[in-house]
Amino acid sequence: MRTAARKPLFYAAITLLVLFTTLPVLYAVITIFKRESELYRFGSNPFIYETSPTLDHLIYLFTDTAFPTFAVNSIIIGLLVVAITVALAVPAAYALARLTGHWGERSGMAIFLVYLIPPTLLFIPLFRIVVALGLANSIWSLVLVLPTITIPFCTWLLLGFFRSIPPQLDEAALLDGCTRLQAFWKVVLPQALPGIGACIVFAFSLSLSNYIYAVTFVSESAARNISAGVPTELIRGDVYFWPSLMAATTVVAIPLGIAYGLLFDYLVRGFQSAGAGGE
Amino acid sequence: MNAGPDGALARLALALERPRVLGALMLAPAVLYVVAFVAVPFFIAIALSVSDATVGDPRIDTFVGLDNFIAVLGQSGFRLALRNSLLITTLTVLILLVLATTAVELLARDFRGKRLVQVLFMIPWAMPVSLSAITWLWVLDSQYSPIDWVLVQIGLLGPGGTFGPSWNLFYLGREGLAIASIVLVDVWRTLPLATIIVLAGRLSIPRERLEQAQLDGAGFFRILFRIIIPALAPVLTVAILFTALLVIGEMSTIALLTRGGPGHSTQILPLWAYLKGINSGDLGQGAAIALFLFPVLLAAAIVALRFAYRAGKD
Repeated sequence: MRTAARKPLFYAAITLLVLFTTLPVLYAVITIFKRESELYRFGSNPFIYETSPTLDHLIYLFTDTAFPTFAVNSIIIGLLVVAITVALAVPAAYALARLTGHWGERSGMAIFLVYLIPPTLLFIPLFRIVVALGLANSIWSLVLVLPTITIPFCTWLLLGFFRSIPPQLDEAALLDGCTRLQAFWKVVLPQALPGIGACIVFAFSLSLSNYIYAVTFVSESAARNISAGVPTELIRGDVYFWPSLMAATTVVAIPLGIAYGLLFDYLVRGFQSAGAGGE
Repeated sequence: MNAGPDGALARLALALERPRVLGALMLAPAVLYVVAFVAVPFFIAIALSVSDATVGDPRIDTFVGLDNFIAVLGQSGFRLALRNSLLITTLTVLILLVLATTAVELLARDFRGKRLVQVLFMIPWAMPVSLSAITWLWVLDSQYSPIDWVLVQIGLLGPGGTFGPSWNLFYLGREGLAIASIVLVDVWRTLPLATIIVLAGRLSIPRERLEQAQLDGAGFFRILFRIIIPALAPVLTVAILFTALLVIGEMSTIALLTRGGPGHSTQILPLWAYLKGINSGDLGQGAAIALFLFPVLLAAAIVALRFAYRAGKD
């Protein structure tokens, strides 16, 4: 009886929660297909289409703005950052989880502290380094610098995954005559693939979402990425092209939201094994 | 017999079997990278903050002691930025604590459509912060805000309405409302992360303990306040720390929503550091502003993580 009475209440609460997180995005989606005459008519209902919807703004975004350039830059930067992150974080996390003994097991806290150093603290000196290396105004500046955010985060996340793999697996492989590297490569790594998958998604989206580095290091349109390009170039002075701006934000938000949502349980597990317990 | 290279290779292979050697080798690239691009810039930031470097003359050659910090403290923009950074972060975290604990109680259960709910719930965190700021900018638009439209429809806004005769509330144009709007956006974008962290702790509470309490006749709120919240204290601390650092270090929300205005009433430290350091070209002052809260943040982080660690061990 009690559960029957509570069920509608539970679903009402869930609906409220989801409405809170999605309403701005839903409203953005509605806006994309509105004609400007209706959008800027005072007092018109913002949630429905009083005149027929249009695809013009979506087409405009992809054909008449620099958005495709930003998107391509973001994807190139993201893929390279992912590659660097995985190449450096996976061995580091394995070493800390298995090879460096007591000292490595307790390093989780220190690694996370590195991730938590706000970019606002580092952007001025990093800008100087970027200029000194001749990388200002190119996407390579971001490829070089964004792993400062992704490597600590992914090392910490993977540390938890490697710890949750029983050490007996490595030991059995060593007894079977594998070298330590082979044990890592052939036995442990396949077990950690879900964790590496989560790392790839996070490294990609963290690289996509950084704003302060992108806006400081790059001021040429051709090298801008989405997070800095959309707010600085699709808004001209004080003129906001709302429908195409909303198209730009939702085109990015929806695939990323799906990826994060599908990784929800991995994330919770990552915090269970590596983060929340401390160390 | 060419024993030389073979001998060297064999010795290398042997060395790689020693955990400490292999461990150091696997760790080295990541450590070197972090030293080069986090530790070195961090010390450059400290050096800049006690120098007279500008964009025009970026050499760190004149030691000026604490002059930059003193100059910065004298600016009214800085004092407002400091106050707002602390105010916005505190308010955001307090609201998050309530919302995240509630969301966790909902998401800890199994129900139909859970996958879809998880996807929709994660969107705010998955979106790049600058893009969520733009989305909110449109929701809070001075003329066409849909919130205003709803308020007008139910008679709270417009001529004769409770909130005044104007058709709009101008969310980002009035100091108090602007701060509230920014807190709302920050809560919105950090709620998924806070929830995930707290959920990780919630799912670690042994189910038997909750069932036993239920059998003993404890009601929902009694279980919540006597068992769940005390058991969650360490993860709640971690959640506070993470979200607070994410909020206090982010400038794009305010840079896009209010540009620190009206006046400097919504100015925050990161944006002030950016305006001074990059736009006005005073690298020394910019670095001083960025560094200003670091000792506080570091101390808070260590205390919080220590507490979480110790509590987690019990």
